[in-house]
Amino acid sequence: MDMEPILDVKQLTMKFGGLRALDKVDLDVYQGQIVALIGPNGAGKTTFFNCITGMYDPSGGDVLISPPKNGRPQRINGIKPNKVTEKGLARTFQNIRLFHNMTVLENVMIGCHCRMKAGILGAVLRGASTRREEEAVIQKSYTILKKIGLEKYVNDFAKNLPYGAQRRLEIARAMATDPFMLLLDEPAAGMNPQETHELDELIIRIRDTEGISILLIEHDMKLVMSLSDRIFVMDYGKKIAQGTPEEIRKNPAVIKAYLGEEIDA
Amino acid sequence: MLVNELKKSLFVSLWFMFLTFPIMVIQVNTVENIIQWRWANLFFVGVGSFVLSALWRYLIRRKEQGIQETEVDGVARVTLSQRLLNNRRFTIPALFVVSILALAFPFVFSLYQTNIMITAMIYVLLGLGLNIVVGVAGLLDLGYAAFYCVGAYSYALLNYHFGFGFWSVLGIGAGLAALFGIILGFPVLRLRGDYLAIVTLGFGEIIRLIMENWNAFSFGPSGIANIPRPGFFGVEMNIEQVTIYVYFLMIGMSLFTIFVVNRLQDSRIGRAWIALREDEVACQAMGIDKRKTKLMAFALGATWAGFAGVIFAAKTTFINPASFTLWESINILCVVVLGGMGSIVGVIVGAFVLILLPEYLRFLSEYRILAFGAVLVVMMVFRPGGIVETVRRTYQYKETA
Repeated sequence: MDMEPILDVKQLTMKFGGLRALDKVDLDVYQGQIVALIGPNGAGKTTFFNCITGMYDPSGGDVLISPPKNGRPQRINGIKPNKVTEKGLARTFQNIRLFHNMTVLENVMIGCHCRMKAGILGAVLRGASTRREEEAVIQKSYTILKKIGLEKYVNDFAKNLPYGAQRRLEIARAMATDPFMLLLDEPAAGMNPQETHELDELIIRIRDTEGISILLIEHDMKLVMSLSDRIFVMDYGKKIAQGTPEEIRKNPAVIKAYLGEEIDA
Repeated sequence: MLVNELKKSLFVSLWFMFLTFPIMVIQVNTVENIIQWRWANLFFVGVGSFVLSALWRYLIRRKEQGIQETEVDGVARVTLSQRLLNNRRFTIPALFVVSILALAFPFVFSLYQTNIMITAMIYVLLGLGLNIVVGVAGLLDLGYAAFYCVGAYSYALLNYHFGFGFWSVLGIGAGLAALFGIILGFPVLRLRGDYLAIVTLGFGEIIRLIMENWNAFSFGPSGIANIPRPGFFGVEMNIEQVTIYVYFLMIGMSLFTIFVVNRLQDSRIGRAWIALREDEVACQAMGIDKRKTKLMAFALGATWAGFAGVIFAAKTTFINPASFTLWESINILCVVVLGGMGSIVGVIVGAFVLILLPEYLRFLSEYRILAFGAVLVVMMVFRPGGIVETVRRTYQYKETA
């Protein structure tokens, strides 16, 4: 792999007062990869996501992206979350954060927002270009819903969807922002084995057909091991291991983090 | 079950009888120095509270049953108002009747009635403007009257000092109000909910207090009188003609407002506002510029208050800070909440109900506000969505292969 990584995180540090939630974490993702970030609860995984997506302003380190379309690497830490999304990193949330009182289609249409242009005047006058844009967005949103398999819920309120469908709608909404990379925060949390299996297939399909790379936080080891090309492991804000699923499975540091100090039988 | 409910109501009525005993039953007659025992009152209190309590329980139970049914069916309950609004066979004749009524009104009814209607329509403007901020974008604004004030004073002062006419100030006033909306918007960008409400309340009071105390600028509490009524190409009009003219001007403005607000809500911007109301964090993560969207909501909301203010000043020909108190803000907020947050038809209905009801409830004299309060409480318990609840738009999409 001699390409530039599309996401290159260097020495990322986040301090909350005296607490180092992230301590010099390095991580990179290459185009077309599915990368997992794992670690025990409180390891700093979600903080890591928040730092990358602009929710937090990191105390140190660099977040560099080089979108596949224009390969110039750019530093994105410290910019606003909406700007990060505009640059092509879209995320989902650990605790579902849909727009509950909007329909499923509208949720996805919100995702298209930053790719649309209509301003106040355009909205009021509703000229031909605005109408075309609206039309295109509706169509695009519907197509995405169909890909994710949510087309039967199109006009339902997001809050009325079954749990698994809500999680998938979050992914659909993130895809609507035309990202080159999706950041999924525990996409399988609370899903039953059947739903998890469908999610597994869905994530692979997104990668293969849409060419979107994926970085995910997940606790479901079965899912992580079967999906990921590479895995990064964090504990207490530090990266403790990285490698292929096989390597991670055998890594003593990882086993220690998950199971505690040496177990004397 | 029924017996149980009735028992509870009985208990409530006994409790009420006990509580109100000293004031309702015992009366000391200081002239003859005797105590009168009005036992009949005790009976009325008992029966009254029993009936009201039973009715209350019954209605609550029916409401809960409705909710349960919705949960079982999974189908959202469609209220009567929504069904009517979606039915073209109802809406077209209804629109027709309303427009005939609106056109004929000033010629049929007295000047007094026409003036009430103009006031109601000013509240339609205010309600629709505040609806953008509170109903759609979900930013609780308790200082909305400040923008109304800005609009009114900009006409009064610009006219007094520079002789600006109504039509030129209509735009300027709205622009100034929008500017104040942005000025208020900046410091409150990070705030939400209760905190936002308190800050906007403070802002509203600041504007009013400035107007009340800065005599050199705003003539203080005595206000500004002799503000010219709107002109019509320099035609001289008597009071009756002017009122009718203002009436039709208001109809025009209302239609314009409805048109613009409807288009805004049903656009990329409107969707962003709703998303902002639903979840700010997710909204930003989806690429919506929170700062820009919020400021736009504040500015556009304030614009309509500016319009309404200019027209208000021109209609009454006299303004003073007493017209722009916190009570005014709350009144406008009531229009939005009672009518139905986010619903344009709802807000219009709300404005008419809220302005016309107290007007025509005058026969209740001092109980007017009490009755009004009771209506609000009952409304919010049984129809928290307002008189006309919003219907989410469904979009037409083409089936793709």
